[in-house]
Amino acid sequence: MENAVLKATGLTKSYGGTRALDGLELELPQGKIVGLLGPNGSGKTTFLKIAAGLLTPSAGELTICGREIGPETKAVVSYLPDKTYLNRQQRITEILEFFQDFYRDFDRERAENMLSALRIDTSARLKTLSKGNQEKVQLVLVMSRRAKLYLLDEPIGGVDPAARDYILNTIITNYDPSATVLISTHLIADVERVLDEFVFLSHGRIVRQGSTDETREETGKSLDELFREVFRCLEN
Amino acid sequence: MNWKFAGDRPVYQQIMENIRGAVLRGELPPGGRVPSVRELAMQAQVNPNTMQRALTELEREGLLVGGGTSGRTVTKEETVLEEMRRQVLEALARECVEKFRVFGISPAQAAEIILQMKEEET
Repeated sequence: MENAVLKATGLTKSYGGTRALDGLELELPQGKIVGLLGPNGSGKTTFLKIAAGLLTPSAGELTICGREIGPETKAVVSYLPDKTYLNRQQRITEILEFFQDFYRDFDRERAENMLSALRIDTSARLKTLSKGNQEKVQLVLVMSRRAKLYLLDEPIGGVDPAARDYILNTIITNYDPSATVLISTHLIADVERVLDEFVFLSHGRIVRQGSTDETREETGKSLDELFREVFRCLEN
Repeated sequence: MNWKFAGDRPVYQQIMENIRGAVLRGELPPGGRVPSVRELAMQAQVNPNTMQRALTELEREGLLVGGGTSGRTVTKEETVLEEMRRQVLEALARECVEKFRVFGISPAQAAEIILQMKEEET
């Protein structure tokens, strides 16, 4: 594939005796919103952590924009982890400073505009915000970088439907044809309308992938239905 | 426009139907400006690529024109509008006939039932 933003070949990660990723092969093109979908324990978080440079693979290779994982790829990857790494004691203005210092591609104005649209007071300390607002702040920070690859680990897990809509809208409005967004989740019905493509992951392997609209056309099923069907078969 | 989607059919096709409906109802009048891809994608909460595809297909059909930097408008061509109207109504009638057929009712019987219904309503 020309211009693959991400390419994994034989990617394997073992924790003791268990293989979280088992010879995974994947290529992601530019300008797509892709769903990384799988049940709990299928390897989604492990995969994102390797792409973000937080874990090293046991075997195989992962490249981003043709480069091995390192400082150069970290500079173009914007990662939303499943748990916060921000200092909750800090004020939001301090966190904005931190991001500005840390990431050359951070667009502070964009972040401030999104925060003010949310009516979040930037002089407040992070810990004083509601859980939903804390998650939104984190997403705003991640989406305010002009990255080539966004890795969002369960961005809609545990938020109410209004917050979920806000998060999906943020992803859509910040859409950039030169960047790719990879969203991991098991809440498929909620995200499927924003996905160009999907990857079903099971026990560290890809069991199905494709374009969402083409798959709907071919199967006459929603992604959610297809997911249930594929994983029901695998469990039995 | 009402953006509700069924999960089991391609979203871009459902967007196309939705826009045709808006034109038929006069919400998007002939010659009227169509909002940008980004704006519509936001409204419908769909992927901008999917919205782009729907609008491109409608352009190919001739219902929408432009598509450059000045944005798209609904065509003013009477023949194109008439053709779309005919196709939408035909598709609707076909769907309706299929549903009646499940209960063993012929199109003629169905038409009679529909006509009666209208009289009851008025």
